[in-house]
Amino acid sequence: MTASVEVSAGRVLEVLKRVNDPEIDSISIIDLGMVGEVTTEGNNVKVVLLPTFLGCPALEIIKLNTMKAVKKLPEVDEVEVEFVFHPPWTSDRITEQGHVNLRKFGIAPPPRHLEEDGSWHVDCAYCGSTYVTMENIFGPTACRSILYCKSCKNVFEAMKPVSTLM
Amino acid sequence: MTEKDSIMSPEYKKAITNLLFQLADDDFLYAYRGSEWLGLAPHIEEDVASSSISQDSMGHAAMYYKLLEDLEVGNADDLAHLRPVKERRNSVLTERVNGEGYYMETPQYDWAYQVVRSYFYTQAKKVKVDSLSESSYSPIAEVAVKVKMELYYHRLHWETWFKQLLSSTDVAKKKMNDAIELVMGDFGDVFSYGNQKQVIETSRLIASEELLKEKWKASIEPVFSALQMKVPPIPEQPTKNGRNGEHTKDLNEALLTLSEVYKLDPVATW
Repeated sequence: MTASVEVSAGRVLEVLKRVNDPEIDSISIIDLGMVGEVTTEGNNVKVVLLPTFLGCPALEIIKLNTMKAVKKLPEVDEVEVEFVFHPPWTSDRITEQGHVNLRKFGIAPPPRHLEEDGSWHVDCAYCGSTYVTMENIFGPTACRSILYCKSCKNVFEAMKPVSTLM
Repeated sequence: MTEKDSIMSPEYKKAITNLLFQLADDDFLYAYRGSEWLGLAPHIEEDVASSSISQDSMGHAAMYYKLLEDLEVGNADDLAHLRPVKERRNSVLTERVNGEGYYMETPQYDWAYQVVRSYFYTQAKKVKVDSLSESSYSPIAEVAVKVKMELYYHRLHWETWFKQLLSSTDVAKKKMNDAIELVMGDFGDVFSYGNQKQVIETSRLIASEELLKEKWKASIEPVFSALQMKVPPIPEQPTKNGRNGEHTKDLNEALLTLSEVYKLDPVATW
């Protein structure tokens, strides 16, 4: 009898923790909540990813980086990465660790709660002050907004809340 | 198993394909016209915002083309770049130039027109994706839910501009009212399914033309009444119906520019 080592989904998930967003390299795709499902069949792996914003140019890079990272596992043969729209990615999917890592990059994480009228509030990513103004709801990438902190006088970015309730 | 593998009647597939071309071509041209404002928008924050909106919209078009690819209609990039004018199903409104002149030379673009076209179009798109999110074809419904979340920000953005310019100086009001007239002149095919009306409506992919028109009017009514204005009527019949492949020369020129690089090297990786 020959012993064969089949790849485990757990091993793949460990690897995906080190695949970062190419535009915010402090946060992994796991902590962003982009990883939907990891399935294995023998030595073949399939990773299902949920795109953040549909037109995000980083998606193809993320796909390539995911494939490269998983292929590095010696027991893996084929890797397939697919983007799906169901369930839709929402900013609620970002983990607690993701919130910490976004702040490290100078980006305020998306608010956990929206007001009844759909408005929302974030605190300064640097000093935590609540005394901030929105400069532009659209930022350098589709998922970010630009704000200004009147306490520490820093411009900072915030990740937009994205919800199916909007 | 995906829906593609299950049994799909030729009628149903025809309805899906036709509707997807209308949705894809609309967002494709709208995104293109929006991207022509890059570097020309009134201020730098607007440049960032418009670019983001155009990028999102191009992403929406790409998803619809991808759904067509999944139905084995053709490769998504080819469908976007290589189809001739008469096969295009976008509304005439989305193909219109931004104003006089060319991007690379002396563009004299009309910001009021950009604001009105974008606001009315985005509101129409909102009404459509709301309906599409309950589509009988689940891949469309799933994409619609995703589009809707991004559209929230687009709608908010254009509505802000619309209200502010119409509450501004007399010059601004005059320009906005002229733009409203221009945009409404082309609004006759925005909610039209063209000669595919019957097959699209009976397949329960999306609500009827009439219902969507009513919803659009109701959705912008509060903004108009706050401005003490009346919602302009949607023309009964379009002068040209883009859904049937009737287009202006603006589309020829847009497609020539759009597909120039793609045609140079169709096998290049994008």
